[in-house]
Amino acid sequence: MKTLLLSTALVVLGLSPAFAGKAFISNERGNTITVVDTDTWEVLTEFDGGNRPRGITVSPDGTKLYVCASDDNLVRVFDTETYEELPSLPSGPDPELFILEESGKRLYIANEDDNLVTVTDTETREILAEVPVGVEPEGMGISPDNKFVVNTSETTNMAHFISTEDYEIKYNVLVDQRPRFAQYTADGTRLYVSAEIGGTVTVMDIAEDGEPTVAGKITFEVPNVRPEWLQPVGVRVTEDGSRVFVALGPANRVAVVDGESLEVLDYILTGQRVWQLAFTPDEKYLITTNGNSNDITVIDVEAEEAMQSIQVGQAPWGVATIE
Amino acid sequence: MRISVAALVASLVFLAWSGAALALDVRAAVLRVDYPSLLPVSRFDLRPDDLGFAGAVLADADNATTGSFLGHDYETVTRAVAPDKADAALEDLLADGIRLIVVQAKSEDLLRFADRAAEEGAIVFNAATSDIALRDTECRANLLHVAPSDQMMADAVAQFAVWKQWEDWFLVEGSNPADKALGEAYHRAAEKFGAQIVETRVFEDTGGSRRTDSGHVQVQRQLPTFMQDAADHDVVMAADATDYFAGYLPYHLWTPRPVMGSGGLQPVTMHGAHEAWGGTQFQTRFEELAGRYVQPEDYNVWLALRAVGEAVTRTETAEPDAIRAYALSDDFDLAAFKGQPVTFRGWNGQLRQPILLFDGRTTVSASPQDGFLHQRSPLDTMGLDQSESQCTAFN
Repeated sequence: MKTLLLSTALVVLGLSPAFAGKAFISNERGNTITVVDTDTWEVLTEFDGGNRPRGITVSPDGTKLYVCASDDNLVRVFDTETYEELPSLPSGPDPELFILEESGKRLYIANEDDNLVTVTDTETREILAEVPVGVEPEGMGISPDNKFVVNTSETTNMAHFISTEDYEIKYNVLVDQRPRFAQYTADGTRLYVSAEIGGTVTVMDIAEDGEPTVAGKITFEVPNVRPEWLQPVGVRVTEDGSRVFVALGPANRVAVVDGESLEVLDYILTGQRVWQLAFTPDEKYLITTNGNSNDITVIDVEAEEAMQSIQVGQAPWGVATIE
Repeated sequence: MRISVAALVASLVFLAWSGAALALDVRAAVLRVDYPSLLPVSRFDLRPDDLGFAGAVLADADNATTGSFLGHDYETVTRAVAPDKADAALEDLLADGIRLIVVQAKSEDLLRFADRAAEEGAIVFNAATSDIALRDTECRANLLHVAPSDQMMADAVAQFAVWKQWEDWFLVEGSNPADKALGEAYHRAAEKFGAQIVETRVFEDTGGSRRTDSGHVQVQRQLPTFMQDAADHDVVMAADATDYFAGYLPYHLWTPRPVMGSGGLQPVTMHGAHEAWGGTQFQTRFEELAGRYVQPEDYNVWLALRAVGEAVTRTETAEPDAIRAYALSDDFDLAAFKGQPVTFRGWNGQLRQPILLFDGRTTVSASPQDGFLHQRSPLDTMGLDQSESQCTAFN
């Protein structure tokens, strides 16, 4: 109801949301999705997102919003224009994070409590496969050629490389403690895997056939911040691969890493307990979710500076953007 | 801004695993000695039959899932025995070829087991006893402590009290040797962190009614009188390792003050309501297997076996010496739902870990507290530091 009223009001004012870019933020404790205008950086509305919404993404055409409603054991689907809820997708129990293939057809979902990755067809709304992985699967990355999905398991401490052809695991790579996120570069030659408790990001070179080789590790150090607070979670890489942004959890900072030398260039202050990141589609801005201060921080990507923070719902977890 | 790509590559290449690995069978045991004991103050503290063992079941499941990608199988047997059957049970385990043994027993039995196990090249993990001497003069090279010591627990509480600026303590300790030892730990904690124990009283264990139909009536009348006319204090610290009076202290004082230690705000390794740092997932998995809430001993056993699993995963061996060496090395760290890696102290085999402060409902805080610094790790502000421990078995 609130949504409808707000939309109506906006149309009357001539601020039709259709022309503005939007960011959708899942609020884990508030059970809502906050919608932020990425031109004016104002909150447009907040709508019911199901129970314990965490992973969040959009369809390739930007019309559908997918949300891991962890405690509902399904993926909730919303219209990104009207915020109307569409039929849900089966996800397997406790979906935490997921990744959509480029075509938008197959959604790969980490089931945190059941040590599984569930593959769901977004068109037929059927489960295509369940892939057993390590304990507490979370991070999900997909290679740009869509041939491999990488899942990280937080207690097993591995990156599992799942073939999207036969849903079999082809490679397992041990990384540091509690891997949270996996992110390929746009050219597919590199993969970054963050380890929250290990305090590192493992860097892998990816061969043409998809085989990974560990190439190095990024570590972090901030004066006057206890090393155990430097907990890497979300990772995003610019399209050209030159910059890697790493959210550092309770250190309340995003690290800016040189994609070539793997050196940390800077640390950008954000809100408290920064976990997930998303670029706006034009890559001008990077949005961070700050779970303990209930806000998001907007980072100017070129300037590598924080612009502003915006209050959202309770315990913001994930973020997705559309044009 | 530290990056050491070149240095690390060499050590990581062997970790990049792609299918071929050595098959390993990792066999471990949990040996629990069930001593005759009185009922706890609270029914919530009744000891379930599978206390500790449920943690082993979860650890086996966790380790086996990881092992399935590496060709490592895990099997942990569990034995609950009366004190007079304990040595025979240990012999059976050793005869069966088991060399990784988690023990839930009192100090004197644990030491005897550790010495016997050492003769067979086995390592022992202490999952229950908080006796400080085991981390000090009575330490053993093949004995690693997952359970925190009395000193770690007292220091954890002390740091919180000092952080709150509640620095004048009224210490009430029990009359049993274990209560006295815990009381001593609070004295040392006060000295270490600059608090004052303004008064100490001993609450005699007269063997009276603990939990009876009218117990609360007696408690309501007797405790306030016992607590009256004390020097001015900010907080009451309770040292009741035997669990016979501290559970009654909150609300029954003469002067209204918070209670900490063995009653009120208690230091624990884990509790069933802990959700931070991914804890919810741990609770969900545990409850699904055990059908009840987790208790500290379950967590301790889980953690001991996870340390074994982590060492096996990284070193690809199930040899006790190699596991011990890796666990004690700088390379070892383990995620344990505590927000930072847990590691072992190289000087006495004690696991470093944050301690949760639990009020019976939620995690009120976790120690070490902000501002308590240490040149090595803030975790080493709790328990016997290298310079304080007289243990030489690890040199």
